[in-house]
Amino acid sequence: MRWSGLLLLPTSRNRLGLMTTHLPAVSERSDLGWIALGMKGILSPPALILTTAFFGFAGLCREAGISWQEAGFMTAVVWALPAKIILLGAITAGTSLPAAAFAVALSSLRMTPMVVALMPEIRGPKTKVPTLLFLSHFVAITAWVFAMERMGDVPRDKRTLYFGGFAVTLTAMNTVLVAIVFNLMGQLPALATGALAFLTPVYFFNSLYGSARDATGRLALFCGMAALPPAHWLSPGYELLIAGICGGLAAYVGGRLLKLRRGAA
Amino acid sequence: MADWVYSDVVPWWPYVFILLAGWLPTDMWRYLGVVSASRIDETGEAAKIARTIATSLVAAVIAQLVFFPSGALAGIPTLVRLLALAVGFAAYLASRRRILVGIVAAELVIGGWALVAALD
Repeated sequence: MRWSGLLLLPTSRNRLGLMTTHLPAVSERSDLGWIALGMKGILSPPALILTTAFFGFAGLCREAGISWQEAGFMTAVVWALPAKIILLGAITAGTSLPAAAFAVALSSLRMTPMVVALMPEIRGPKTKVPTLLFLSHFVAITAWVFAMERMGDVPRDKRTLYFGGFAVTLTAMNTVLVAIVFNLMGQLPALATGALAFLTPVYFFNSLYGSARDATGRLALFCGMAALPPAHWLSPGYELLIAGICGGLAAYVGGRLLKLRRGAA
Repeated sequence: MADWVYSDVVPWWPYVFILLAGWLPTDMWRYLGVVSASRIDETGEAAKIARTIATSLVAAVIAQLVFFPSGALAGIPTLVRLLALAVGFAAYLASRRRILVGIVAAELVIGGWALVAALD
C-alpha cells in the first residue's frame, strides 16, 4: 500500500504505477460501461484510505463549530483535503479572510503541476477545454495517483469518461459521507468524537512523511510543527501562515545545508 | 463580518467565506494547470520552495490539533495526544509504511487512555 501520500507533485514513483491493476478486456465497452468502471474505483485502496480520512474530517468540522451544511459545501467546492483542513484551522483560529485565502493558496499551489501532468493523460482527440476545466476541479492527490496509474489501460477517447466516473463519484460520495458522519456524531460521546477527529493529524503526519521526496520534505514536517507553538503565542490568528512559511523556509535552508555537507564529505 | 473573519451572524457569510478562502485559491491553480500550454518545471528551485512551504503549512495544522485543540479533542490530555501521534508514526514506520496501521495504533493509545481514565 505504498501509494504516495498527500501534498505531492508528480513523482516518477507514482507514474511507474506500483499498484497498477490490469483492467478487463477493453473492447466492446460502452460509454456508460467506462463511467461505471471508473465509479468502481472508489473501492480501490487509495480511495478507501481517503474515505477513512474523511471520517476524521467530519469530526474535525464538528469540533471547529461549523454546521453540517457548511462542512458538506466545503468538501464539494474545495475538495483537496489539506486545503480544507487549513481553511478549518483558519476558521478555528479566527484568521481574517485574506490571510486564510493566502494560506490555502500556498497549500493548493501544487495543483497546477499535478493538473499539467494529468492533462496529456486524460485528454482525448475531441475533448473540449470546458470539459477539462470541469474535470480538473476533482483533481486532488488520490484521484491524481489513481488516474496516472490506470490511464494507460483505457482507450484514449474514453479516458475523460473513466476519470470523471471515478473522480466525480469520489467527491460526491465523500461529501455525502461528511454530512452523514457529522450528524451521526451528535449521538456519540465526546471522547469518541475526539478520537475520530484525531484521525486527521495521524493520517496527515504519516502520509506527508511517506510522500516526502527527500530530507527537505521530512524536515518541513518537523519544522512546521515546531514553529507553531511560538507562532501561536506571537500572533494569534496568523499562526498557521507564520508557522507554515517560517517552518517551510527553515526546512528548505536546512535541506540545502544537509546537501552541502553531504557533498563536502 | 466587519473584520472579515468567519462568523455565522449572517447566514450566507460562511458560504461566501468558504468560496473566497477555500474554493477560489484552490480551483484557480487547477484551472491554471488546464490552460497553461507549456509544461511547468516541477523540478525547479521555486517549485521546491513552494512544496516545502505547503508541507510545513499542513504540519502547522497538525501541531495546532496536537498542542492547541478545541472541543472534544481538548478533553484528551496533551501528553496522550502527543503519545498517540508518536505511536501512530512509529507503527506506520514499523509496518513498512501502512497508513491504516498507523491510524489504528494511534487510536488504540487514545482508547487505552480512556479505559485507564474510566477505571480510575
